[in-house]
Amino acid sequence: MASFMAKGVLVKSSKEPRLWSPLVHAVRGQSTEPPAKTKFGPLKDEDRIFTNLYGRHDWKLKGALSRGDYYKTKEIILKGKDWILNEIKASGLRGRGGAGFPTGMKWGFMNKPDDGRPKYLVVNADEGEPGTCKDREIMRHDPHKLVEGCLVAGAAMGARAAYIYIRGEFYNEASNMQIAINEAYQAGLIGRNACGSGYDFDIYMHRGAGAYICGEETALIESLEGKQGKPRLKPPFPADVGVFGCPTTVSNVETVAVAPTICRRGGSWFAGFGRVRNSGTKLFNISGCVNNPVTVEEEMSIPLRELIERHAGGVIGGWNNLQGIIPGGSSTPLIPKSVCDDVMMDFDALVAAQTGLGTAAIIVIDNSRDIIQAIARLSDFYKHESCGQCTPCREGCNWMQKMMHRFVEGNARVEEIDLLYEMSKQIEGHTICALADGAAWPVQGLIRHYRPVMEARIKAYEEKHGADKQKKAASAY
Amino acid sequence: MFQIGTLRTCWRKFGLDSVRRLSVSSVNHEKIEVFIDDKPVMVEPGTTVLQAAAMVGVEIPRFCYHDRLSVAGNCRMCLVEVEKSVKPVAACAMPVMKGWRIKTNSPMTRKAREGVMEFLLVNHPLDCPICDQGGECDLQDQSMAFGSDRSRFTDNAFSGKRAVEDKNMGPLIKTYMTRCIHCTRCIRFASEVAGVEDLGTTGRGSDMQVGTYVEKMLSSELSGNVIDLCPVGALTSKPYAFTARPWETRKTESVDVMDALGSNIVVTHRTNEVLRIIPKMNEEVNEEWLSDKSRFAYDGLKNQRLTLPMVKDKTGELVPVEWEDALMVAAKALKQANNKVAAVAGGFADAEALIAVKDLVNRLGGEDCCTEEIFPMGGSGTDFRSSYLMNSRIAGVEEADVVLFIGTNPRFEAPIFNARVRKCWIHNDLEVGLIGPKVDLTYDYTHVGEDAKSLEALMTGKHPFAKLMLQAKKPVFVVGSSLLQRSDGQAILDKIRGMAEKLRGAGNAERSWKIVNVLHRVASQVAALDLGYKAGVSAIRENAPNVLVMLGADEGAVTRNDVPNAFVIYVGHHGDRGAEMADVILPGAAYTEKQATYVNTEGRAQQTYPAVSPPGLAREDWKVIRALSEILGETLPYDDLNGIRARMEEVAPHLTRFNAVEEANYVSEAVALADAKAAISSDPFKVNQMELKDFYMTDAISRASKTMAKCVQAVKKQAVAEN
Repeated sequence: MASFMAKGVLVKSSKEPRLWSPLVHAVRGQSTEPPAKTKFGPLKDEDRIFTNLYGRHDWKLKGALSRGDYYKTKEIILKGKDWILNEIKASGLRGRGGAGFPTGMKWGFMNKPDDGRPKYLVVNADEGEPGTCKDREIMRHDPHKLVEGCLVAGAAMGARAAYIYIRGEFYNEASNMQIAINEAYQAGLIGRNACGSGYDFDIYMHRGAGAYICGEETALIESLEGKQGKPRLKPPFPADVGVFGCPTTVSNVETVAVAPTICRRGGSWFAGFGRVRNSGTKLFNISGCVNNPVTVEEEMSIPLRELIERHAGGVIGGWNNLQGIIPGGSSTPLIPKSVCDDVMMDFDALVAAQTGLGTAAIIVIDNSRDIIQAIARLSDFYKHESCGQCTPCREGCNWMQKMMHRFVEGNARVEEIDLLYEMSKQIEGHTICALADGAAWPVQGLIRHYRPVMEARIKAYEEKHGADKQKKAASAY
Repeated sequence: MFQIGTLRTCWRKFGLDSVRRLSVSSVNHEKIEVFIDDKPVMVEPGTTVLQAAAMVGVEIPRFCYHDRLSVAGNCRMCLVEVEKSVKPVAACAMPVMKGWRIKTNSPMTRKAREGVMEFLLVNHPLDCPICDQGGECDLQDQSMAFGSDRSRFTDNAFSGKRAVEDKNMGPLIKTYMTRCIHCTRCIRFASEVAGVEDLGTTGRGSDMQVGTYVEKMLSSELSGNVIDLCPVGALTSKPYAFTARPWETRKTESVDVMDALGSNIVVTHRTNEVLRIIPKMNEEVNEEWLSDKSRFAYDGLKNQRLTLPMVKDKTGELVPVEWEDALMVAAKALKQANNKVAAVAGGFADAEALIAVKDLVNRLGGEDCCTEEIFPMGGSGTDFRSSYLMNSRIAGVEEADVVLFIGTNPRFEAPIFNARVRKCWIHNDLEVGLIGPKVDLTYDYTHVGEDAKSLEALMTGKHPFAKLMLQAKKPVFVVGSSLLQRSDGQAILDKIRGMAEKLRGAGNAERSWKIVNVLHRVASQVAALDLGYKAGVSAIRENAPNVLVMLGADEGAVTRNDVPNAFVIYVGHHGDRGAEMADVILPGAAYTEKQATYVNTEGRAQQTYPAVSPPGLAREDWKVIRALSEILGETLPYDDLNGIRARMEEVAPHLTRFNAVEEANYVSEAVALADAKAAISSDPFKVNQMELKDFYMTDAISRASKTMAKCVQAVKKQAVAEN
């Protein structure tokens, strides 16, 4: 069942016109004019935004200035919020935290008539998605990118201050970040009359206490307010009622950090990378069964295979040893090798492949790995990280985890695969936040593409232990 | 979860009106049309899907949602399909948008409910046969209505269900935490309504537990309400545990008498035994809450009861006798009383008994019918009803902008009223001031002072709170009845009335708004004053009656020392202080055993209904008096309830207009008749119930209640543990 479902919308070729599956066409309802660009990546060195990604240069203010940070920041701020927002909109930047919401639009929500409440920018630096390690690279090696980004983004939304909510485990990152903030204060780049622009802007850093759910924007706000990190109901959205009851925008570190460069080099420069609606450069994290795990800045829409082979030294044992890939951090569904062969790394292409770009954290799984075990491990993670508010997530993640571990052994019945799939559908979309969706998708991806593996495991278990044990499961029906 | 206090300050700072702005102020908004199952309905903007559905009579299942609590939206049972929305929406939290088509019974909605129900049940123990919630369990009912018809819990065969350690929440609430479905109603009740931050969640995901963080009792005078709120059997009543099933019991709607509010209750009983008491909804009085004393003191109705008529023998021992003998002895004493007959009524006396006693005493030539509770009788005294009522009413506080408590601790004297004030404090920006000892009211207030000097400071505008009062359109002064029992009570009351008059004149207060309210502590007082009883027993002390009829007077206002030579006839239901000094005991009926009229502190006449019959040979009080009068040869002219109520109506017509509040007037006349010269002493204002431990045992019934005694012990133990 699973494999044919995927084929319906499977992407077949890397040639651009055919990349657009019928589904995507229908959804977007756009005209059929072919995109101008057909080749994406590799990114030229002069187009890199994060030029100290690997920490080879000085990460402090002096180094940052030498790399062009804070160049004409004052002028950018003085051009006004509309100008900044227009540049961001023109750049086509979509949120880098996983959901991919157009950033220009999101920041624009903050420019409602003033009601006397201060406005806040909250930077989501609670990078906890398994496989994802892009924000920490920014914060430990290029923290001034984020400081300047806060200033520019803050100016775009008229924010009084920015709160950087940083993951508790990122001790060194928080330390570097704080040093950078202090340096910026001392240099007059932030604080009163930031960069001499006449705009007062403060940056505070707040360290989390180690809960994945605090990366969800409303849970993050709750946590920042000193409460348990449990997602809030929406509406009201944070842009209306956010941190301390004030209008708030929560943005990912990478989203905020690229804003100054976009303003300096122009929205159209940024929009020149990647496909329409998926523009820009992006930090990709490649981990798992590759020869050279790496975080790399690349052009959006770069083919997945090229990305892995060019930057990560290829899959261990060669491309043919590939079993499947989780393309966007642990929450996104798996895709099998047949899809990986020619899928492009951008929002729309991955949606068409029934997965998502997420945080662009690519987890490569080769044939030597137990794919069911891998997904079961993710179920453990989500079970552990569910906040426990909503029934489907609290109970469902627990149940799914128990079941996944039986599938690892094969101590289950074939019908239970359908039960698991149905259950994951019962969880998905029924909760306050998206954690439950993230818990359900990897399992769905597994069933969609690897059902034969699961069935074989069950059969093997049955042959080894006899059918008696499975009867136990049957008796509960 | 919610820190209401901080939130309130936070919202206030920005001029926002309520904690969760789901129902935005919609005065100027036009109604919008939405469709519930294709039925059009016009609703105010900001209405939630659930509320809109309720308007067309569609009830959406829910667990976590509760009208009187903030919206949590976490049980996900109320998910419904909205046309054109990919995902089902949580009806309890989602405000409707114009033109939405909501499908409350579509396949998508049904599937979502079935899914949530399956998840709720996967770790819920299948112990309905031994669960006290069985038969009145939301989970049971809704799983029948919306759940799947078969189980798929294969994993239970491998790893079983989750088990959670039970918590000890004190002597009132029994916990069985494995049954908890984490709806957080109890937590929200504790933090929002009861105002105690005792409950919360620990752990997360499937390890999340509802509890008190560290083992402690739920220290609130309203704690019992979490039992009603709990949709499953996780929190049940400890005293009621394993007592009965809801379908075996009979229910009698009645009125509570443990305080002066007259909370509406349902008495559950079986085989002539009161099994439990739960609140009945009355928006005007108790909303749907009930204080712990009202809810749990019922076991006091079974202890220390006077079940047989008794007469003091030659040795001074009270010995049981037949009714005839007891009545003969009492009648003989009354005949020899030589017109010197007096009566004193206690806090549980009903209007029927009060009028019967008064008629009897008057016929025998006695004048002194008194109440144990004192009320200043100077000036116009109790001539005008407005002088001793809570004129702006219990629900009236919702309109108020400033409340000033004077010499009272409403948290324990009238817990339900205090909960309402707290609600207004959260939602209406109500300003609260207090003159009296500093107590924890569960909300912030301005402590103006402790004595009469603070009254003066408010009068002269020296205290900053005076400014708020002057600006207030609808200020409310709540005067504790205990304060007025001081020797300078009259002067204090006059002072307060003068202050109110000033607000009506120089201030912003509306002319028709009656500012001064008296908060009584006992259920009988208003009816007694309505019927012409004198407040306070000084007349009895002065006139030294030969015979004293004590109608449930147990608070020790009159002791043997006051009336050393009087023959004391005690009519009442508990062997307490009153019965100790009696020469004849005529056993009466408690409030669950008679159809009787009580008037609450706002002047609302309500009647109790008999749930059980009086124990032993005890009889309804007014019938006892009626029988006594016949033996005396002074037969009172009423033979049945209608007869005596007709008599009550003659004296005070509003006493039989049940559930209505008669408007009381002549406020300014009372001020005009005041004696301006009286001085107020500088003693600090006192209240009797300062802390939670003072709350539980305050009258004959609660003193006889083992549950209440356990509560006192538990609170003391708690205090020791905390220090």
